[in-house]
Amino acid sequence: MSQDIALETVTKKFGDFTAVREVALNIRAGEFFSFLGPSGCGKTTILRMISGFIEPTQGVIRIGGQDMRGIGPNKRPTALIFQNLALFPLMPVWQNVAFGLEVRGVAKAVRRKKAEELLATVELADSAGKMVSDLSGGQRQRVAIARALAVEPQVMLLDEPLSALDLKLRQHMRAELRRIQKRTGVTFVYITHDQGEALTMSDRVAVMSQGVLQQVAVPMDIYNDPATAFVASFVGESNVFAGRVTETEGGTGRIETEAGSFVARLGAGVSRGDQALLFVRPEQMHLGAAAEAALNRIHAPFSHAEFEGNFVNVFCGTDGHKPLMSQTRSDPGVLALTPGAPMTLGFESADGVILPAGELARE
Amino acid sequence: MKAVLSRYGTTLTGMMVLATFIWLAVMVVLPYLVMVEFSFRPNLLPADLGTEKDHLTADNYGTLFRNTIHINVFIRTIWGSALATFLCLCVSYPVAYFLAKMATAKQAAVLLLLLVIPFWINEILRTFAWFIILAYNGPLNGVLQMFGFIDKPIRWIYGSNGVIAGMVYAYIVFMVFPVYNAIETLDRNQIEAARDLGASLWRIHARVVLPHAKPGIAVGCIMVFTAAAGSYIVPAILGAPGTRWFTEIIYQWFFEGQNWQQGSAYAFLLLALCIAFVMGMMRVFKVGLADIAK
Repeated sequence: MSQDIALETVTKKFGDFTAVREVALNIRAGEFFSFLGPSGCGKTTILRMISGFIEPTQGVIRIGGQDMRGIGPNKRPTALIFQNLALFPLMPVWQNVAFGLEVRGVAKAVRRKKAEELLATVELADSAGKMVSDLSGGQRQRVAIARALAVEPQVMLLDEPLSALDLKLRQHMRAELRRIQKRTGVTFVYITHDQGEALTMSDRVAVMSQGVLQQVAVPMDIYNDPATAFVASFVGESNVFAGRVTETEGGTGRIETEAGSFVARLGAGVSRGDQALLFVRPEQMHLGAAAEAALNRIHAPFSHAEFEGNFVNVFCGTDGHKPLMSQTRSDPGVLALTPGAPMTLGFESADGVILPAGELARE
Repeated sequence: MKAVLSRYGTTLTGMMVLATFIWLAVMVVLPYLVMVEFSFRPNLLPADLGTEKDHLTADNYGTLFRNTIHINVFIRTIWGSALATFLCLCVSYPVAYFLAKMATAKQAAVLLLLLVIPFWINEILRTFAWFIILAYNGPLNGVLQMFGFIDKPIRWIYGSNGVIAGMVYAYIVFMVFPVYNAIETLDRNQIEAARDLGASLWRIHARVVLPHAKPGIAVGCIMVFTAAAGSYIVPAILGAPGTRWFTEIIYQWFFEGQNWQQGSAYAFLLLALCIAFVMGMMRVFKVGLADIAK
């Protein structure tokens, strides 16, 4: 009971502003698919186009192979969970859940029973008669899920539904959503600006920026193998070095930067002589013996350290420059360092990636 | 109150409070009390004042139920006001919904202006304009004939037709604004959520918008009904012969019959009707006084 979605070079313009530019991708049936990007990147516009509230300016959206042009939101096999949930405050919980069935002319006794079953699956069996205002944030979340599931959608669309919850509840609901998705097998399309949500829940993630699709990949590849400088900088932390590519050989290249000359993996679209950016994750930026043994080394004075519990963020560098960051295991030696102490940082060539500067060129 | 005291001092504040109190007591409360007293006294010749005939009685209130013509007028007033209220709601709801949820800022501004402009003109003139429009040889019949919709003129001002039409027009803003205010506060996502779950336009309104707009509808109905039931000018100008409004009967008792006692009793009966309507609406729509005061 789930269907695939195809976006065929979809563009959406609002007047002169292009919210979504030629996005083409396929979402597989039964997949948990996330759109990740900062606010204003066009992800919500895509969701509203799939749900049918707005029509693409150009391009076609197909759900289960069927062209969705001219089909209204009430006729599509999709159910949308709104950012503010949009539960009906004047109806008791069970009527909220049963609303889609009421619309379809299901008899009252049948839809009440169905609503109670759905509420039981989201562990709210005893709340059927309550009003929405009597429920907590997490409970409302689950009512919204039950309400959307009641219409047996083939595609579930979720517009940052966890953003209003506190951290603990958000983490709990991530697992819950994932569990519901796997059990029902419904295609989930999830919109978020929170990389943690996208990476933990999704089968695949699409990263967007300024209406343009940056990368579609499984979460691990998004993090370890970013396709563009935007993805590398938006998802996770990175040490960034700007410079010029002086040598290329196979999949690796040499880049000359202010901090030194480094050898790293070459991303797509970088050739010799280009201005480019080198990204190194802080957990790949080693200290001590590992740094001395690494191919690429940087010497910089110690600045400060941040104790995070299971790990420490060590910052090195001189004033006026963006500090270099190394993430390392909590170690009394690191925490005892004094500012200005000389340090060696190092990374292996496989752990750095050189990408075209693109829209980040000016930074 | 504390702020007023500190700004104007005890004496000046006291004088302002006293002035307000006197104004309320003398101009508002006292006339009502006089009318209450009047309504329970028989209408006597000066010679009979102070004699045994001059005693308190509820007889004036009974007159209405003994006089079949008056009771018919009373019932027609209830029925006519209710109909005008209902028609006002039917016309206002789509307008209010459009204003609140569909119109752009510019469209809303233009529409609101168009709604308000007629109210810059005196009510008598506006009502008289409708008398001209609806007249037997008036522009409405003229236009309908010109386009061939009708062969011969229709007598629009017949029975209560003219009065109802005039009232729907005169009181429409009293309905549009409360309903508009109520719908305005509805989260647009609610409408979209209902639509996304497959609801038709009709069901979205029946299950989501109307229930939300209920307090506004109750307020609008109360305002229109009480204004219609208490209206004098519209029925006086647009009423057909033989279809008087209850306010006209009250007027007759006071100024033509010179029977203030009887007139007072009728006025209180109309007031009682309106209070009953307000309380009925509050119960039906499950809204409190606080909602209405908004």
